[in-house]
Amino acid sequence: MIIGLDVGGTHTDVVLIGQDCILRQVKVPTDPQNLLDCVWTGLAEVTRDVPPQDIRRAVLSTTLTTNAIAENKLVPTGMIVCSGPGVDPRCYKTNDYFYNVSGSIDHRGREVQSIDQMEIEAIASRLRSEGIRQVGVVGKFSVRNPQHEIQIRAMLGDDFDHVVLGHRLSGNLNFPRRIATTYLNAAVYPLHKKFFDAVKESLEKKGLHIPIYILKADGGTMSLEASLESPGQTILSGPAASVMGSLPFAAEDEETLVLDIGGTTTDMAILLRQVPLLDPLGIELGGFKTLIRALKTQSVPVGGDSVVRLLGERITIGPDRQGPAMAYGGPAPTPTDALFVLGKTSNGDVGAARRGLQELADKLGVGVEEMAARIFDEACFNILNEAAKMISTINSKPVYTVHELLEGYQVRPKEILVLGGPAPHFAFRLSRLTDFEVHVVPQWQVANAVGAALAKNTCEVTVFSDTERGIVLAPEENYSESVKRDYSKEAALELAFELLRKKCLAEGASQDEMEMEILEEMQFNMVRGFHTTGRNIRVKVQVKPGLIPEYKDIAQTLFNYCPLPS
Amino acid sequence: MLRAPIKTGLVFFPAFDWAISSTHPEREERLLYTQDQVFEEGILDVEGIIEYKPDLATYQDIRRVHFCAPEESRVVTESHLISAGGAKKIASEVMQKKIKRGFALVRPPGHHAMRVVHGCRGFCNINIEAVMIEFMREVYDIGRVAIVDTDCHHGDGTQDIYWHDPDTLFISIHQDGRTLYPGTGFQHELGGPTAYGATINIPLPPRTSEEGFLYALEHAILPILEDFKPDIVINSAGQDNHYTDPITSMNFSAQGYAQLTHLLKPDIAVLEGGYAIEGALPYTNLGIIMALAGLDFGQVREPDYRPEKIRQSKDTSRYIEKVIDQTMDYWENRLHLGEKARAGKQFAERERSIFYDTDNILETQRERLKVCADCPGALAIDSKTDSGYHVYAVHVPRKACSHCKELGYEWYDAADVQEFDRVFLQDRSQNQYIAKQG
Ligand SMILES: [Zn+2]
Ligand SMILES: [Zn+2]
Repeated sequence: MIIGLDVGGTHTDVVLIGQDCILRQVKVPTDPQNLLDCVWTGLAEVTRDVPPQDIRRAVLSTTLTTNAIAENKLVPTGMIVCSGPGVDPRCYKTNDYFYNVSGSIDHRGREVQSIDQMEIEAIASRLRSEGIRQVGVVGKFSVRNPQHEIQIRAMLGDDFDHVVLGHRLSGNLNFPRRIATTYLNAAVYPLHKKFFDAVKESLEKKGLHIPIYILKADGGTMSLEASLESPGQTILSGPAASVMGSLPFAAEDEETLVLDIGGTTTDMAILLRQVPLLDPLGIELGGFKTLIRALKTQSVPVGGDSVVRLLGERITIGPDRQGPAMAYGGPAPTPTDALFVLGKTSNGDVGAARRGLQELADKLGVGVEEMAARIFDEACFNILNEAAKMISTINSKPVYTVHELLEGYQVRPKEILVLGGPAPHFAFRLSRLTDFEVHVVPQWQVANAVGAALAKNTCEVTVFSDTERGIVLAPEENYSESVKRDYSKEAALELAFELLRKKCLAEGASQDEMEMEILEEMQFNMVRGFHTTGRNIRVKVQVKPGLIPEYKDIAQTLFNYCPLPS
Repeated sequence: MLRAPIKTGLVFFPAFDWAISSTHPEREERLLYTQDQVFEEGILDVEGIIEYKPDLATYQDIRRVHFCAPEESRVVTESHLISAGGAKKIASEVMQKKIKRGFALVRPPGHHAMRVVHGCRGFCNINIEAVMIEFMREVYDIGRVAIVDTDCHHGDGTQDIYWHDPDTLFISIHQDGRTLYPGTGFQHELGGPTAYGATINIPLPPRTSEEGFLYALEHAILPILEDFKPDIVINSAGQDNHYTDPITSMNFSAQGYAQLTHLLKPDIAVLEGGYAIEGALPYTNLGIIMALAGLDFGQVREPDYRPEKIRQSKDTSRYIEKVIDQTMDYWENRLHLGEKARAGKQFAERERSIFYDTDNILETQRERLKVCADCPGALAIDSKTDSGYHVYAVHVPRKACSHCKELGYEWYDAADVQEFDRVFLQDRSQNQYIAKQG
């Protein structure tokens, strides 16, 4: 048996999954002040009377770090940044205690200016005296040469609880994002550590020895232990959970648009033959642009509770929510009220819904049913338009080779999977309004928790080699070796796969979860003065997001609910 | 978060899978470190800087500018269509006011490609700025255009294409032709008789540094632009004036390029040459992008930048002052000089040889222009290569008078297909392009 748990904004969903169906599903209200209690209540309820040794694992998706960032409740953190020339680093100031220090590395990874030890020591003592316990260290081009970050780390000594080095978080080039990513990882660390300790302690107290995994924003999992290394990866795992839960129902040889229709927003994602599309750069949250790997998701401000208004003759929906639908005692008409008027829903005050829509209908001089139909269609069109925009943005993503420009892959989904509250109604209407094949994800109410339960590990490794400088390095893996001039792309790929395998195992993956693939492989001859002097090699490999193998084949039947006796 | 005061578009197309040959300066590696620098600086995340995918230019776009011999498919590859398409994309976005300015950071370059194209010269096959400009004229109906070519080499291709066009001001500032390829671009080259003064050449001596370039900008280029009043300013932004460039001898810097861009305020910049791929391009391109976007570029500099080491000599400064005085003298007297050049002439002819260094072709051209009082005049080019390929090309300008239009068609009809391998007619007044052969 496996457990999936997704802490959402209002509810925490938990499922217990057996060999071929959902054995238990539980919904507990989320108390943002005490997320750990929600987790325990949820876990306790689904595991009641179940022998712990029968539970293979539990995967948690929490909003702990996401909320802390969104609500700006991050602990004071020292940021030591060495940029050298270029864009003024003060533009990228993340917080107070942000120090730009001397030291500079160029694009090839060569040292231009060294670190000033006195300067670092002075900053360290100032941070100490201010009571700062977390520090982030980031250098421009540190993924080409991490020495400065490593030196600063050494100069800081053991005086801080936690020091995060930028090059360990991502192999991608982007200094401002590296700064933001490092800052967030350092600043959410204490919070995540507290959660980590509490989970550990509770498990022990209860004598439960269930391996705990954490869901990441890229739809993959990592062990609770591994999450301490990069707590930033737990940010925004919520949308990923739902997407992973819809995976079993996506066509195997088609592209799929996933719509998660909620109260105030609809979250969109794209699946390419059952593999979710990743964001090319990383999460953006609370004004921070990061290098944290994530699924490509986009939020449209249209949901069941969005306020419906008239702008002249035109119906507008959202972007705001003023409360629940009028049928549930809310103040303003919503698409959900339209569903009441159309007779699709009946477990509320139909009269209130009609009264709300009548006012709008009168202004347009149409019947209230006609008004409801128009509102509902408008909501559908809004979502479809935004989806078209997202797909067009994906397809117009710049490429850098002639081959890719001419032969570039274009996303053209033919299928929509809908989940969320009003999913069946939307699905029905969307299939009428478009040429898409539209399906509702079965048991969509718990698809998020099921997604968390079934998700397998994901990892990415970047390897860079400059054979003129005689180096190969994998910054995130803390790996660097010297190489000869004839070091090749093939050797770099082999190394990358080996490091990837190691990383997966370290993050708690099982052998059979490691479906590895090449994301990027480039090799340039370096020519100086009409002679080839070396090779510049860039390689990126990953384990792509997906479902754990033993559940993959039966995933569809898992969505049957066959409750255990309570 | 960094925000650009001026909304700026960027087409970045490094063509990582295209090279003239594996050790040629125009090779896969050329923009690799520039991309690294631009990515690492987070430039593409700056609010107000938008990256676009290039369009693909079409043969129709090329036929507004060139006569490709024997035909487009023989001298143009996909990479050229992308490079020109990148410039075209930026132009569309600027014209539709989606961005205020734009930079086509593309390769291969184009400013050595002339009107007639038999092959590749100076690493260029088609003139990407001209293809872009004529596209803008066709689709967005713009009139007066100024091109400021700041590549270290004389922009002889662009000069050739606009030699007879009084509505296109072409200013090239470059290393003196006596010391560098292509060996042209002298001050007395001022345009054909019907477009006299619309070509301006400012040859600078080797080892000119920031001071000299900015002096020329402030004392010649900017005042001339002020007088000309273009609807749009294009910068052919070659970066081989850099002090580390391996194939030139100038002493310009990233700060200098950024400053120049800041003062010139081009609507569109298009990358041309620049072959110091490690020591210059990452920094000059960063500086140019930031200057276009109105960002503070004060801290952009090369790791080995020592302004005192590359400062130009007093003699150089004095020499440049004289060059600029001469330029302004020509400019102020251009109407009078133009009249003198036209005086009493029915037709103007010129003969020259054009060497395609990259493809090793020698072309001989005879050009015949109708010196018309009402329009820039019909133009006929008789062009023959050393391998014996012979074409005849007739160009009818955009604003041709009815007489010149007729004359153009007469010339075309009269050309004997037995005598030539191909005969072309490019009628820009009606956007026509036709060809015939025996
Ligand atoms: Zn050049
Ligand atoms: Zn005429």
